[in-house]
Amino acid sequence: MRNLLVIARRELKSYFDSPIAYIVVVAFLLVAGWMFFSALFLMGRADLRGFFAPSPFSPSMLLVILAPAVTMRLIAEERKSGAIELLTTMPVRDADVVIGKFLAALGLIATALAVTLVYAISVDLIGPLDWGPVIAGYLGILLFSSSLLAVGVLCSTWTANQIVAFIVGFIVCAALYFVYWLQFFVPQAIAPVIEFISVSSHLDNMARGVIDSRDVIYYLTVTGGALFLAERSLARQHA
Amino acid sequence: MAESAVETMIEARALSKQFGATRALNDVSFKVARGEIVGFLGPNGAGKTTTMRILTGFLRPTSGSAWIGGVDVGAEPLATRSRVGYLPESNPLYSDMMVIDYLNYVADVRNIAPAVRQQRLREIGERCGLMKVLGKDIGQLSKGYRQRVGLAQAMVHDPDILILDEPTSGLDPNQIVEIRELIKDIGREKTVVLSTHILPEVEATCSRIIIIAEGKVVADDTAAALSERKSGAVIRLTVKGKNGSALDPEKIKGVFAGVVGVRAVDVVEGEVAPAVGFKLQSAGAADPREGLFHAVVQNDLVLLDLHREHLSLEDVFRRLTRGDGGSHA
Repeated sequence: MRNLLVIARRELKSYFDSPIAYIVVVAFLLVAGWMFFSALFLMGRADLRGFFAPSPFSPSMLLVILAPAVTMRLIAEERKSGAIELLTTMPVRDADVVIGKFLAALGLIATALAVTLVYAISVDLIGPLDWGPVIAGYLGILLFSSSLLAVGVLCSTWTANQIVAFIVGFIVCAALYFVYWLQFFVPQAIAPVIEFISVSSHLDNMARGVIDSRDVIYYLTVTGGALFLAERSLARQHA
Repeated sequence: MAESAVETMIEARALSKQFGATRALNDVSFKVARGEIVGFLGPNGAGKTTTMRILTGFLRPTSGSAWIGGVDVGAEPLATRSRVGYLPESNPLYSDMMVIDYLNYVADVRNIAPAVRQQRLREIGERCGLMKVLGKDIGQLSKGYRQRVGLAQAMVHDPDILILDEPTSGLDPNQIVEIRELIKDIGREKTVVLSTHILPEVEATCSRIIIIAEGKVVADDTAAALSERKSGAVIRLTVKGKNGSALDPEKIKGVFAGVVGVRAVDVVEGEVAPAVGFKLQSAGAADPREGLFHAVVQNDLVLLDLHREHLSLEDVFRRLTRGDGGSHA
């Protein structure tokens, strides 16, 4: 547990020592700003549903690109440089490495999400904001992020090549995200299955302000499952 | 351990490692006692790195076991890892970190108490000659300094055992001498295993040498003993017939081959007739020179030359690792 946090801290510092963290924060501010103010001025609504709900050019869609982008190097780079060998010969469990790095990426995305709170606060100043759905929405998008980041970490354990890790991660994340829209084109019987496996349908529920334990469990399962597979993948490399 | 009072710090018991169809290690066994500096010698691809990776717990052996301070690496990996400092061959460091930040990070992972950490890091920084570069990014350092950081990293937790994979590879001659001195200095109080394919390196630093080739231990002894005993010495012998009578080299060859302690006899070209030169291999530790002298006298020959050649470690190494060394040891 302690080592997990040591690794997470180093990794998080490494994000903020490089331009990556600032690019992510700015990207979120731009996309989130567009979603907020278009809702406010074009539709005259003082809510943040458009910000959380899955749609083109939404923050959640941005995460489909950013999650594999910020996680691609986490394990792949260490495999390439051989640092993973040194790290795993220290008194560190493979789970510490995987979870520590995942938490660093989650910390980065959480920071970027926290910065977008300035929009929520400014919307609140213009017209009274119902904070209930906003909190549910933030919780939802954080859980959504953690699922995609865990998938990104998993892809990063599969290869020593960061570009490969990114492309595979992006394909998996995009598939989980866009499969949502497929439900409108498939037979009725299959639609609920697609709705269930898609990361975006669960986000849609939470964006409406509904915290359903099924959605929370879905995200926790995807996160936990991907991290478990990542740990197995890492362990297999020094079997 | 019963037969000796010296504590065994590292033990490999019949280690084998299979990578797919390739057998990287084949029944490798050895022991390293406390305070030894052991050189792991072998051509590239012989299995040095694989052995070290098993000792450090990075790889699991296909069969056999590795023991660190009497503890099975496979059974208690975290406990054994905390007793070992490891410098991998590629010396992977985080190039975007400052030296001091990196050492602090390693100290964190190694769970060094904050109370003693500053003191420890200062000691290690001084010992490894890093005080001037503590505030620099690792990426800016020269290869020699990076190697020092790698060594410092391996010693942060003051381990009993250091495992160094090719610690001087890629350094210039001055840096090699510096790193070697540093390793010798460290070896005064710690058990060190270092691998190399550079022979003068082991002669300069190691108290014992383990030579491995094609995944097997082919020799395990001190440098001096290796160049003599294990490989068998080479004896040069030149004789001629009394009163200049012609000799049948093949017949005399048979005579010498029959002397106790002689393993092989070859006729050497290049002696001026009527002298005939021979090159003999002694078997194991035997010294057959006295027997040869008597054989010369009994066969009415005139002895012109009889001396033992000392093989350089290079010769031993080449003979042992090429696999044509015959029935050594």
